[in-house]
Amino acid sequence: MLTGFSGLLTATVFLPAAGGLVILLAVRGDRNIRWAAALVALADLVLALAVFVVFDRSEDAARFQLVDRLFWISSDTVNASYFLGVDGLSVPLVLLTGLLGFCAVLASWHVNFRLKEYFFWLLLLQTAVMGVFTSLDLLLFFLFWELELVPMYLLIATWGTGRREYSAMKFLIFTILGGASMLVAVVAVFISPAAGTFDLVELLESGSWLAGSGGAVLPLAVLFWFFFAAFAIKLPTWPVHTWLPDAHTDAPTAASVMLAGVMLKMGGYGLLRINVGLFPEQVQLFAWALMALGVISVLYGAVVTIRQTDLKRLIAYSSVSHMGLVLVGIASVGVATGEVTATGLNGAAMQLFTHGTITGLLFLGVGLIYERTHTRHIPDLGGLANRMPLVTVAFLIAGFASLGLPGLSGFVSEILVFFGAFAAFSWPTVLAVLGIILAAGYILWMLQRTMFGPRREQYDHLSDANFVEAVPLVLMVAAIVIVGVYPAVLTDVFDLGLEPLVSAINQTASLSPVAGR
Amino acid sequence: MTLHDLYLVSPQVALAGLGILVILLDLCVRRKALVQGLAIIGLVAPVALGLAQFIDLEQSGVANLVPAASILSDSLAVDRFSLFVGLLVLIAAAVVFLSATDYLDRIDRHQGEFFGLALFAATGMTLLVGATDLITIYISLELTSLPLAALGAFLLTPKSSEAGMKFLIVGAISSAVMLYGMALIFGASGSVTLEGIAAAVNVSAGSGLPFGGYAMLLGVALVVVGFGFKLSAVPFQMWVPDVYEGGPTPVIAFLSVASKAAAFGLALRFFYQAFPGAELEWGVLLAVLAAASMTVGNLVAIAQYNIKRLLGYSTIAHAGYILIGVAAVAQDSATSGFAAIGPASVLFYLGAYTAANLVAFGAVTVIGSRIDSDRIDDYAGMVRRSPILAIALALALIALIGVPPTGVFIAKIYVFTAAFNGGLAWLVVLGVVNSVVSAYYYLRVLRVMFLQEPPTPLEKIPVSVSSQAALVIVGAAVIWLGVAPGPVLNAAEAAVAVLLGG
Repeated sequence: MLTGFSGLLTATVFLPAAGGLVILLAVRGDRNIRWAAALVALADLVLALAVFVVFDRSEDAARFQLVDRLFWISSDTVNASYFLGVDGLSVPLVLLTGLLGFCAVLASWHVNFRLKEYFFWLLLLQTAVMGVFTSLDLLLFFLFWELELVPMYLLIATWGTGRREYSAMKFLIFTILGGASMLVAVVAVFISPAAGTFDLVELLESGSWLAGSGGAVLPLAVLFWFFFAAFAIKLPTWPVHTWLPDAHTDAPTAASVMLAGVMLKMGGYGLLRINVGLFPEQVQLFAWALMALGVISVLYGAVVTIRQTDLKRLIAYSSVSHMGLVLVGIASVGVATGEVTATGLNGAAMQLFTHGTITGLLFLGVGLIYERTHTRHIPDLGGLANRMPLVTVAFLIAGFASLGLPGLSGFVSEILVFFGAFAAFSWPTVLAVLGIILAAGYILWMLQRTMFGPRREQYDHLSDANFVEAVPLVLMVAAIVIVGVYPAVLTDVFDLGLEPLVSAINQTASLSPVAGR
Repeated sequence: MTLHDLYLVSPQVALAGLGILVILLDLCVRRKALVQGLAIIGLVAPVALGLAQFIDLEQSGVANLVPAASILSDSLAVDRFSLFVGLLVLIAAAVVFLSATDYLDRIDRHQGEFFGLALFAATGMTLLVGATDLITIYISLELTSLPLAALGAFLLTPKSSEAGMKFLIVGAISSAVMLYGMALIFGASGSVTLEGIAAAVNVSAGSGLPFGGYAMLLGVALVVVGFGFKLSAVPFQMWVPDVYEGGPTPVIAFLSVASKAAAFGLALRFFYQAFPGAELEWGVLLAVLAAASMTVGNLVAIAQYNIKRLLGYSTIAHAGYILIGVAAVAQDSATSGFAAIGPASVLFYLGAYTAANLVAFGAVTVIGSRIDSDRIDDYAGMVRRSPILAIALALALIALIGVPPTGVFIAKIYVFTAAFNGGLAWLVVLGVVNSVVSAYYYLRVLRVMFLQEPPTPLEKIPVSVSSQAALVIVGAAVIWLGVAPGPVLNAAEAAVAVLLGG
């Protein structure tokens, strides 16, 4: 059993919530509140960077590091621990959360009512997401997973626009439905004699759980789909994606950034950590279903995106399309012959990071445009490039990255996904590639209609991004370019987390040659 | 009757004595704060005596403090189980008294009777959880019900009188039905003690009982009907919404937690101790009741416009969740007795639910007494009118959904784990679906309080210090049970050991 307490992860996870509480109780004055929130988020970004740097990448390093473990519930019948730790899969996502959390706070500078509450909920949200990415105890994981509900609901419903209450409720009902599905699975795993623990590390590493299909209270395949339902709603994949466009469209900018940037990633992370990690046999068996859902999401999302006239809605639907690629990447484990490689999974994991930065940046740009023009209706926009050069450049880079231009981060994850998936399902992969071609279409068309075209007189008074607004743009562009030029900075880390999963899959496949064929 | 026997019932005696004292004091003094103070501070005595009994239990190492030679030995048990639930009842009484002060300041008359009746009801509840024969059970139940009926009619408004009357009549009918069931059980087994009934059931294994065991079965069914009324489980829930709407809010708060805790304690002891050999029959029966209560309670709650009616249906739904734990009986392969997790999950759920519901009713009591309305629409913009009330009520409602980090979240996990352990996977799925449904109506209240504009001009709602204290302390307990449930879980598991046999 892994034990220890280094404290770094605990600090990273709880600093935002603690800071938010201090702001709520002790800070007075709008200006002070904003700067205090920025300071807290910046400190958390530094901590997340520290986690990224400290993480030991050497050959003989432990799989899970920086472990913080305390007894939480210990009784005769229920045992759970407060158990945080990171492996290669979670480290980049922690960094992503820190980065986007900071950007989201800076993107909230214009919020002008009930500021304290606003920043409290935003920072609490960050704690919840950080907790999901670092929990190594299933019960704790579920706790953090549900913790995010109320902050996000209130952020959308209170500070949103348009039909905000409707969208917030829709978001909530979908998410809580997913949570309910996961709750059944979590409890069933715990009560199964073959598992009998909430300890994820033990579950991931013990062969008895893998071979213990006879000892589960529900068939493993049923548990697989219960978990999958929760993560698929969050990802989201077709046909449970319908909450996303509404939630995005009506959420305030910062909430959109957090929603697209990190919260969708909780779904992808859950798929990799739990569906792939705990169910190596079932994930192979059902790879075709994941592939089908993934390809439908990619194509359906892309086709619907083309038709959108609301900027935020457009980006939201493009997210459905791009998150479909995560499923396609995971489906790469369903190879018919030979060994599974980590390529497709790595692509899926990379897609989580790159989509987070790219879409985060797109939503930041839309937020800036909306604040100035008070419209997100694409036909009403145009010719913004010469008034807002900085925003335009950032928006262009994000757009190009989104359509997979080589040299930017989106290209890396997409190519890895396709390489991985092609080996398993060649024709469906070809179909999924079509989605990328469509992406080029809708992104370029959108850029052309909003940023370029004839100058419009009513936009002549617009100003470019100021310093506070420019900082997140620069940070995100930097992340996109660095990962695009030197992807190994992330792929090497992801590999450390994914290799054990792949070897577990190969092991089960060799034990039971029928599985997945 | 020896001195030691008196010591064994001393918490109950202290409670009843306190009730009489409060009524007498009310006759003598004009300042009502004194009466309130005596009722609240006086509760220290029964709590202290209960704790003394607990320490005695720990030191002597026996499961039950009542010796076999005592005249109480067949009718009352003083064990960890009765002390756990009894303490819960006393805590609930203390919190209700604390948060009722705002409410009672408006009705000047009969304050002594209010506290006195509530204390008599509490006496009945604490007796109920220790009762081990049918006669004591019946008398304690009546001692619980009659004061509550009087309290329900306390406001003397038409709705309040209707609530009291309804509670009285429904209570009387359910008591009668249960009494008939008890008579059948006695006739079939020849014993009124739970132990004796268990022996009769086990020895003759059903076949040797009069009428081939059918009389016994009918008796159990009729007793379940009686319990169903007390637990507010479907299909015996019709009285709940009307009584909740019409009765004085503090009384309803007390009814919804203390009375429920005592009734669940009784149900656990009754089924586990008198019918351990027949767990298949009553387990399935209770599972069906649980499913019906959750589903009906949650679905009907969606359509409510009055916060007290909403909480009434919510209490029906939660009775369903708790019944899952009672229904989840399973054999423990290691000890050859029953698995602890089912009844222990019931006790933990009762604790978590008590905390959350007390906060909810505490806030509703204060709000209702200030704005003279229990309509949810009148809660608009509550966060601006009184942040502490809005936040407390929001916390309670979020807890009742079962969202972390609150006690009910852990409790639900615990109950569902028990259900899996008892082979009731279908009930788990139904339970989580119900949790999703419940989120809708709880959050609607949240939305009104936080998102809608308050009426203009903005009127702040003052909250008395004692109400604030109650809300903060119990609100902290709601979160504490969610973040560090360990001690209470352990206590619950230790408490149910007496039920398990083996």
